[in-house]
Amino acid sequence: MIAAVALVVGLVLGVILRPTVPIWLQPYLPIMVVAALDAVFGGLRASLDGIFDDKVFVISFVSNVAVAAIIVFLGDQLGVGGQLSTGVVVVLGIRIFGNVAAIRRHVFRA
Amino acid sequence: MKLPAVASPRSFSAGLRRQGRAGLLIAVLLALLGFALAVQVRSNEASALPAARQEDLVRILDDLSARETRLRAEINELQVAQAKISASGNGTDAALQEARQRTADLGVLAGTVPAHGPGLSLTLTEGNRHVAAEVLLDALEELRGAGAEAVQFGDNSGRRVRVGASTWFGDTDSGVAVDGAHLKAPYLIIAIGDPATMAAALNIPGGVTDTVRQAGAGLRIDQSRLLVVSALRPLQAPQYARPAK
Repeated sequence: MIAAVALVVGLVLGVILRPTVPIWLQPYLPIMVVAALDAVFGGLRASLDGIFDDKVFVISFVSNVAVAAIIVFLGDQLGVGGQLSTGVVVVLGIRIFGNVAAIRRHVFRA
Repeated sequence: MKLPAVASPRSFSAGLRRQGRAGLLIAVLLALLGFALAVQVRSNEASALPAARQEDLVRILDDLSARETRLRAEINELQVAQAKISASGNGTDAALQEARQRTADLGVLAGTVPAHGPGLSLTLTEGNRHVAAEVLLDALEELRGAGAEAVQFGDNSGRRVRVGASTWFGDTDSGVAVDGAHLKAPYLIIAIGDPATMAAALNIPGGVTDTVRQAGAGLRIDQSRLLVVSALRPLQAPQYARPAK
């Protein structure tokens, strides 16, 4: 509950404050957001499964974001940043789909 | 979020505290996520280019350059086509107008179209004797020599004959036949051309006027600024002669 409120507060803050993304962060922010979304959906699924764990969630969230950023950074250094971020987005997208499917089964029993 | 199933109050409160700290952390993370999400969506709405990588930008630039080249080539082709079409349109218009003008000119000369302009209106009245066909022919020759461009012969009965290249005169019992039309005196002749020149040509001593007087007839010459030659000649396609290139 508090998590959902925090999410909404963050969204509202982002909309109201309208900060500009620093140049160095621009390639990483979208990937980091997608990675965080993956962690959030994973957490949601875990809580519905009754196996939610704060520590696991926090660590998976932070590591997801960090790994995504590192992969993209590495890709940029190797000259395959574009392709690698596409790959990361695809993998995370698949995971999100899987998690959402599990959540759907919980919520709708279908 | 499920609370851990704890039995003792002490461990429960400890769990709560732990839960509270972790919950706070989770809340902070999710707030960050929401913030980043909003920021990213907004910056993406603004423009995708600043966030693009160098290689992507190069690719986009290449694409745009290639597209520009294609479009420029297309513009050139279309401009050439347009120039061609407008040139041919102008040419056709000019040729058509020239052809029309030529048709009108030739029609006036051949007597197939009516003509109007300044000229002389002659009235030839006869005395005791019939006017001979030669007199009319002389008058016509004199008018032509003075630059008459369109001439018609007529009489009071309304018969009118346009003079053309093949016009002939013949004597008849009652008067003169012009191209087969029997005319009777007084003869009305309309000639379009320079009035002063034609009048002078007719009035030359020993000219048409004198001849007519000697024949016992009278000739009245009226100069006019606007006369109409309305009689037409039928256009006959030449039977033997063909235009030579």
